[in-house]
Amino acid sequence: MGDFVQLIVSGTATGAIYALAALGFTLLWQAAGVINFAQGEFVMLPAFAMLFFIAVGSPLWIAFLLTCVIAAVVLGAGFKRLIVDPLIKHGVIPLVIATLGLSIAVKSAVRAGYSAEAHPFPSPFPSGQLSLAGINVSYADIGTLVLAGAIVIALQAFINKTVTGRAMQAVAQNTEAAKVLGIDVKRMVLYVFVINAVLAVVAALLVTPTYLAKFDMGDSIGQKAFFAAIIGGFNQTRGALLGGVLIGVLENLVGFYVSPAYKEGVALVLFLLVILFRPEGLLGKSEERKV
Amino acid sequence: MKRSIRTIIAATALAVPLTVFAQAPVKIYSIVELSGGGATAGTNFDNGLKLAFKEINAAGGILGRKVDVISVDTQSNPGIAKALTQKAVDDGAYVVMGPVFSGSIMVSMAETKKAEIPNFTGGEAAAITQQGNPYVFRTSFTQATAMPKVAKYLRDNVKAKTVAIMWVNNDFGKGGRDSMVKALEAVGLKVAADISTDPGQVDFSGAVLKAKQANADALFVYTNEEESARALRELKKQGYDKPIIGETTLTGQKVIELAGDAANGAIAHVGLTADAPQPAIKAFDDKFQKEYKYKSDHNGMKGYSAAYVIKAITEKNKKIDSKEFAKALHGAKIAVKDYPGVLLDVAFDNNGDLDRESFLVKVVNGKQTVTDTLPPAGGK
Repeated sequence: MGDFVQLIVSGTATGAIYALAALGFTLLWQAAGVINFAQGEFVMLPAFAMLFFIAVGSPLWIAFLLTCVIAAVVLGAGFKRLIVDPLIKHGVIPLVIATLGLSIAVKSAVRAGYSAEAHPFPSPFPSGQLSLAGINVSYADIGTLVLAGAIVIALQAFINKTVTGRAMQAVAQNTEAAKVLGIDVKRMVLYVFVINAVLAVVAALLVTPTYLAKFDMGDSIGQKAFFAAIIGGFNQTRGALLGGVLIGVLENLVGFYVSPAYKEGVALVLFLLVILFRPEGLLGKSEERKV
Repeated sequence: MKRSIRTIIAATALAVPLTVFAQAPVKIYSIVELSGGGATAGTNFDNGLKLAFKEINAAGGILGRKVDVISVDTQSNPGIAKALTQKAVDDGAYVVMGPVFSGSIMVSMAETKKAEIPNFTGGEAAAITQQGNPYVFRTSFTQATAMPKVAKYLRDNVKAKTVAIMWVNNDFGKGGRDSMVKALEAVGLKVAADISTDPGQVDFSGAVLKAKQANADALFVYTNEEESARALRELKKQGYDKPIIGETTLTGQKVIELAGDAANGAIAHVGLTADAPQPAIKAFDDKFQKEYKYKSDHNGMKGYSAAYVIKAITEKNKKIDSKEFAKALHGAKIAVKDYPGVLLDVAFDNNGDLDRESFLVKVVNGKQTVTDTLPPAGGK
């Protein structure tokens, strides 16, 4: 029983990281109709940025904050201005192709600069375990759950309780109506891109100590985040959370009780089942789009 | 008439060295894992190889001919490794170096065998040299040689009665696991848990949980570099407190760098380590660090020493002939006093397996510390 609980907790912690990246997928889709297939690389790049700051002498938390600022400018505003804005008017497909290209370009650039080898990344949490009633949970898993949970709660509070957050929701629900109501739609969309970039930095901080910093570390995260978003419901932020946690927990259980060889297939099987039987996602709503 | 004879003699005298210099360089293909799961191993092997041939070329090459090292990336993919080996054969390679991964060499060596070109590998899977291929040669021990040494250490030094084995499910890991199970049985130890992990596996929480459940006296970890680092990190994260023993990769330089504190206390049997006390190895360590600004792992030493094996055997043969090279290397012994670049006195048998001294190392404060030097399996 103790092992089972431990697997659930560590799976939820891993799932929370997938959920952070998946949240970015759903936010961008809702606000701007953008599917970003370079999302995994948006997690990988901050990891290397933090490594750079650490190498020049910054403590991890300073490196994290500096990277948040840079990511907000480059992966948030820069990505929107240079790639999304010029292409979005041509539809979703050119943008999908552009983000796929961006993913390859970013990986190649990092590989050229940092080599194809993995690089160590410090954990923001202490090692060791908390033992409670025969259940052992690592501090890293607890820390990941607390930090990811706090980010998600803060984000939900921002979206639901603040004027800006409600304006962002309005833009996501009906852009034209939001414009009529005097909401600065462009600014709201920019905020979403910035939030996505910061979420990616948090995901990088939490996942890289385990994944190790490597040019292709985003492949798996990007893929799982995409699956998580689809499984939960691409048009629901709560769905991304559910999808992420579901994948994380099931991967852990399958890896332990069945075989680690099947672990990587869990997300894909769930994805296929959802696409077949509930295409709008577990928490998603059917969506009609104008032609 | 006299004048024209003198002209002919002078022209001939000039032409002789020109002919020597004009000889095409000797082509050595380095077919290694420069990306993908084997990037650490492949990059180190390639760097060691290139450093050695840089030195060899600076000292006049092999038999007066320059050596051209052509490095290509298998992307850690056996299919690509095979295609690249075919390309090397078509391009007239004298010797093919790599791939380092057992799974890749098992597939690619058919091409060099067909073309009768010697093929060195960093792979340790026992099966590589058990297929009657007279053109494949190792740069490190076969698992069949290394594992009995580890099993003996577990029994005599760790005083273990039961051992949990965590291994990676590829040709390298499977071969090591099979050899280790046999070696443990031979010394009367029991396998308490047989834990398979996946190549490229990121999350080791389940595997470590199984190791803890097994409650064995020691854990033997046999995975590739990045996975070893992740396993060590997870073992520390979950507070695993039994001895952690490995073979070669577990305490490799890159693993220590990636695992950080979690590597401290890990023990391994290694065929080559840049921290060994031998003067030739110390000299190599200095040169490698000067060239690449980092410390080589065992793979860098494999590539480096194999380059000097090529030089030694070719100079013994006095000709660049791939087929003759393979013949001469079977049963050959090369001494450090003649070729310091081979790093340790080395002997090759008729299967292409090698024998030399080896070391037991322990990671202390993030550094490999040699605790013991073991004699060659064949004795001195």
